[in-house]
Amino acid sequence: MIFWNSIIVGFKQIWSYKFRSFLTMLGISLGVSSLIAMSAIVNGMENGMKEGFIASGGLDKVVIDDQSVPTYQEHLAEMAPGKTMKDIDALRANASMLKHISPEISTNTRYAFRGDIRTRASEITGVTEDALFINQHEIEYGRWFTKLDEENGSPVCVIGTQIRDELFGNPDVIGEEIIPLGEQIIIGEQLFTIVGMFQHYESEVARRERLEKRAAQALLPKGPEKAFKPTVTSTDNSRSWGPRRGRGGGWAFDRKNSTIYIPLKTALVRFRIAEDSLQLDDIDIQVADYEKLEDSLQQTRNILMITHNGIEDFTFNTQESNSETIEQSIQNSRRSGTIISIIALIVGGIGVMNIMLASISERIREIGLRKAMGATNSAVFTQIIIESIVLSSLGGLIGLAISYGLVYIVGSLSTSNAPVIKIENLIISMSFAIIIGLIAGLYPSLKAAKLDPIQALRYE
Amino acid sequence: MALVELKNVSKIYQVGDEEIRALDNITLDIESGEFISIIGPSGSGKSTLMHLLGCLDTPTHGTLTLDGIQIQNASPMQLAAIRNRKIGFVFQSFNLLPKLNVAQNIEVPMIYAGVPARERHERVMEALKRVNLENRARHRPMQLSGGQQQRVAIARALINNPRIVFADEPTGNLDTHTGETILSLFRELSQHGHTIVLVTHNPEIAAVTPRKIEIRDGKISLTLDERLSGKNLHIQS
Repeated sequence: MIFWNSIIVGFKQIWSYKFRSFLTMLGISLGVSSLIAMSAIVNGMENGMKEGFIASGGLDKVVIDDQSVPTYQEHLAEMAPGKTMKDIDALRANASMLKHISPEISTNTRYAFRGDIRTRASEITGVTEDALFINQHEIEYGRWFTKLDEENGSPVCVIGTQIRDELFGNPDVIGEEIIPLGEQIIIGEQLFTIVGMFQHYESEVARRERLEKRAAQALLPKGPEKAFKPTVTSTDNSRSWGPRRGRGGGWAFDRKNSTIYIPLKTALVRFRIAEDSLQLDDIDIQVADYEKLEDSLQQTRNILMITHNGIEDFTFNTQESNSETIEQSIQNSRRSGTIISIIALIVGGIGVMNIMLASISERIREIGLRKAMGATNSAVFTQIIIESIVLSSLGGLIGLAISYGLVYIVGSLSTSNAPVIKIENLIISMSFAIIIGLIAGLYPSLKAAKLDPIQALRYE
Repeated sequence: MALVELKNVSKIYQVGDEEIRALDNITLDIESGEFISIIGPSGSGKSTLMHLLGCLDTPTHGTLTLDGIQIQNASPMQLAAIRNRKIGFVFQSFNLLPKLNVAQNIEVPMIYAGVPARERHERVMEALKRVNLENRARHRPMQLSGGQQQRVAIARALINNPRIVFADEPTGNLDTHTGETILSLFRELSQHGHTIVLVTHNPEIAAVTPRKIEIRDGKISLTLDERLSGKNLHIQS
């Protein structure tokens, strides 16, 4: 009963000093809102980075990189074979722990043309079907290369949607989706026929945003049909592979969307003129079981050491290190944000303690009177500490409201982050506010409880 | 057995090296139902005596029994419970809580006594009737006159049916006429069987009580009791 009464008295006390209480609560509110907004922003960052990470091939993708031969083999450097089709054949035959082995030959050109329209691709690479699996590509329209294409080195290609957007028109701009199958584009002064197109890759946030935009456009009255006139520098870069990129980890999606794949042999015969050996630019592998990554890499190393005549001119570049970097940077931002917010909360708590001290020294007579009427020390303690907790909890609630506003503002200003408020962040922040109120109220409450009733009654 | 029994009670304050005997070896009985005044100039020790009698403080030496309970060894928590249930206070400056209305002010001692809300409400209305303020329950203290405020304070002092009520200069902040109505309210309460102790420096006010005790320099210097053959003077050393 005393408890319930104390809460009511606490509210009354706060109400009767509205402005003072409001200023005090503001400290707590700012602490709480920054704590929530910070975690929401980090959550957004994390989501974006993870999506981007998955888009660029998962953890089980390993790139075999060139490496200068170790010092003890320096005299053999001339004989280092580099990455060749021999490696691929050997791995395919023997590396039981690998799921996919993707040889790649890049074309040394980045530009594709359609008439005088030019676009820059993230890569124009000769690959086998394994590249589809390792880089998690999905063909939505058309087909992959046939055996015949691969054996003949036919001038065919599969493109990402971004290439289509820039050469044929962006559906968001022209209002209809062009599927350019059978169309011809020029790569490295040679005509290529488009036989397939990947699906459009994008982050969750970007997808939601694009659908919203499309829905909004559908509501607008349709103007006269405008013929699409692509320009070299596209002004609408909602999907462009340029400096202003998509949200959270968007670069990974943009990169993926501006891919052009051609058959491996096409790259070899049409872009490597005078080379007799089957030098590869890249070998990507995918392990069958990520849990056995170390073993799989050891097996791969053993096989490659044989094909490379015992010269260790290669190294493995795993995604694990990337993943760790991402985790680290997320953790760092989370930690520094939390520290700053907690400092803000502590400052707010000091404000609460200050106001509670002022409040009890204004009410010394009241406390003396309550004691004369039979209030025990613990009843006085309870009353003051509950007032403190009520004050900071109200501040916390205001902070919740502010945090939603902050998150909305950050979300609409930032192009690289879509903040996500999680329920546990709300609960943690509110608990912090309550605990701060409790701690800040301890000293004033003790002080009030220890007042001597006679002295307190005499106090003027 | 008397309601309050003081035996050789002393209260000594230590101020630096100096020892101040606020009360010096006082022996005093207060019977149940008595209407008594304690008089004395300021600094005489009458306030200290009231604080001891009111269980706000404990004696340095001697024994103090209230309603059969030994006070001198009680813990602060026991003292709070005794103050809550057996003692009522009326102050010179009324000491009502300005943020609470009249009914809520009267309710406070019952909250600490753990009386359920419904009963609290009934008893508040009863008490207001007794001091003729039943239509002022929702007023704030500041909206009342001094005499009305003091009547609210009296209603509050009586709300837990205490064994004894202490009134410390209850008319000190009131004009003469209002003061007289307050004093007659006390007399009336006394006739209904309440034990009332009036603490004052004013002999005129003390004149309303049958028994008067005068305190000087921490000692009882004079006891006047009209009930003992009218004008009997009994001098204690």
